[in-house]
Amino acid sequence: MDNIAVKVNDLTVAYHKKPVLWDIDLKIPLGVLMAVVGPNGAGKSTLLKAMLNLVKPLTGRTFFWGESYQVNRKRIAYVPQRGSVDWDFPTNVLDVVTMGTYGKLGWFKRPRKEEKEKAIEALDKVAMLSYSNRQISQLSGGQQQRVFLARALVQDVDLYFMDEPFQGVDAKTEKAIVKLLEELKNMGKTVVVVHHDLQTVMEYFDWVTFLNTILIDYGPIYKVFTEENLKKTYRSAIDSFYKNNRKVI
Amino acid sequence: MELLFNLFSDYTLRIVAFGSSLLGITSGAIGCYAVIRKQSLIGDAVSHAALPGIGLSFLLIGSKDTEWLLLGAFIAGWIATFVILNINRLSRIKYDNALAMILAVFFGLGLVILTYIQKIPNSNQAGLEKFLFGQASTLLQRDVMLMGIVALLTLLPMIFLWKEFKLLSFDRVFADTIGFSTKKLDLILTTLIVISIIVGLQTVGVVLMSSMLIAPAVAARQWTDRLSVMVILSSIFGATAGICGTLISSSINNMPTGPMIVVVITLIAFVSLLFAPNRGLIWKKVRDNKNKKEINSTIVLSILYNLGVKHKKIFNAHDLNTLMLEKGGLKYSKKNLRKELDKLKISGLVNKHGKNLWAISKKGIDKIRALDYVNGGESYHD
Repeated sequence: MDNIAVKVNDLTVAYHKKPVLWDIDLKIPLGVLMAVVGPNGAGKSTLLKAMLNLVKPLTGRTFFWGESYQVNRKRIAYVPQRGSVDWDFPTNVLDVVTMGTYGKLGWFKRPRKEEKEKAIEALDKVAMLSYSNRQISQLSGGQQQRVFLARALVQDVDLYFMDEPFQGVDAKTEKAIVKLLEELKNMGKTVVVVHHDLQTVMEYFDWVTFLNTILIDYGPIYKVFTEENLKKTYRSAIDSFYKNNRKVI
Repeated sequence: MELLFNLFSDYTLRIVAFGSSLLGITSGAIGCYAVIRKQSLIGDAVSHAALPGIGLSFLLIGSKDTEWLLLGAFIAGWIATFVILNINRLSRIKYDNALAMILAVFFGLGLVILTYIQKIPNSNQAGLEKFLFGQASTLLQRDVMLMGIVALLTLLPMIFLWKEFKLLSFDRVFADTIGFSTKKLDLILTTLIVISIIVGLQTVGVVLMSSMLIAPAVAARQWTDRLSVMVILSSIFGATAGICGTLISSSINNMPTGPMIVVVITLIAFVSLLFAPNRGLIWKKVRDNKNKKEINSTIVLSILYNLGVKHKKIFNAHDLNTLMLEKGGLKYSKKNLRKELDKLKISGLVNKHGKNLWAISKKGIDKIRALDYVNGGESYHD
């Protein structure tokens, strides 16, 4: 029990009538690098958001290190999809990354030299140091992604949630991100990543969660990355939902 | 010059100009947030929605004091904003639809109430219509004091909550995850926007007030990529428009002040849209043309280089007809191609042999090889 970072109990989320997530029970151990895979509309992003209270679940709770999200908020970082913000916002790269320090700063306090230094360090880690004064609208997709990652690194937390960090980035950036994920893992952090590319799951991650409205299976890659699980997951969402419901009934 | 002299000598003019510039500073600064949060039209909705508040306040309290009327305006404007934001949040109706709907309903209600007030005998209503188009000349010293207080009340929270407002505007989900209550921040920011609009109603009027919020911010955005600079510039633009508008209208008979201020600020916005470096339309056009010319001349140079590589004698000279055959997608006539080659010769990238023969020079080759996108292309590997 003590080595569990995240525990999800009976989590159900619905938009209008249609359930997006159905009765999810999930335990994520400390220090794993876990991929969440599933077809489009399987509820992968929603799972992350529901765990972090960004989407209100119908039922269910999520515990972090055995306690509520509110208690442990400062130990958790969330990297949204990069399309979620306006990149024409009047600010530069260093400023966006410095936002990662705001949580620890709290209300009213301004970022000082110390915070800027942390941001610069993180930019160096994602190989974006030479862009620190660049206006953010001049970044490519991969660079935007790395800026978001740097912002999360600055938060200096124990648990990272990343929503499709590999989306639309080139091979070089992908390698850089993977290297970063491994570094985080080696530092003992827990990382949960929504991932789309089944080809690379085996290579990049050591745990995997198969999701398609319901939780199909989860565990260490070598155990659960099976053809059967893949087939189950990538069948149409409605199929698997009703089939499993019948089993329950 | 005489205008400026008037400013110092004429007490009333000074009061009005001071009030208008205060208004410009406040709405210019807070307007930046409305613009970067893509809520530019909120100003329009708030100002129009304030009208029934003004009317009701007069009916209920019976006072024509600006303070009471503006309090009514504030409450009505705030309710309208709250309703718009919640319609958008709770239903599938889009933000712009909700806004248009509420704006029309409140403004209509406001007109009904104003008409009703005018029909009441002995209601000495004269003066309420000034809120429709504004009447800066009616500004009193205590009105301006009120504006000053409001300016402080708006700018101080902006300074103290600088990083919070920036975070909220850029990435509200992230703000939520790191523990800032975006609900509270939204509430504060929205209230500040509503206050700064309401306080301008007497000067500019409900119909035109939203331009005081948007135009300075849009203009400022053109000149800078930093939020802090944008807010300061926007305030300066707002203040400038306030003072200039007042002075111009004072120098011409029967020229209303509020609309004049709006004309000036709109002019500033247009000039910024056209001429600002980087984002300005004209600047963009000039830069695009320059880039196009440069790329075209590089293509001509690369044709020479390419021919040289093909013939294994890189400094070989070629005549115009050969170059025309190789020119590919370039839209040059023979005459223009010759002109381009002459230009390249002047920069020393090309040598001319005889009347009609050109060859790439050492310098030209160096330039082509330095372009990694040309050199990386497979056609240049022999």
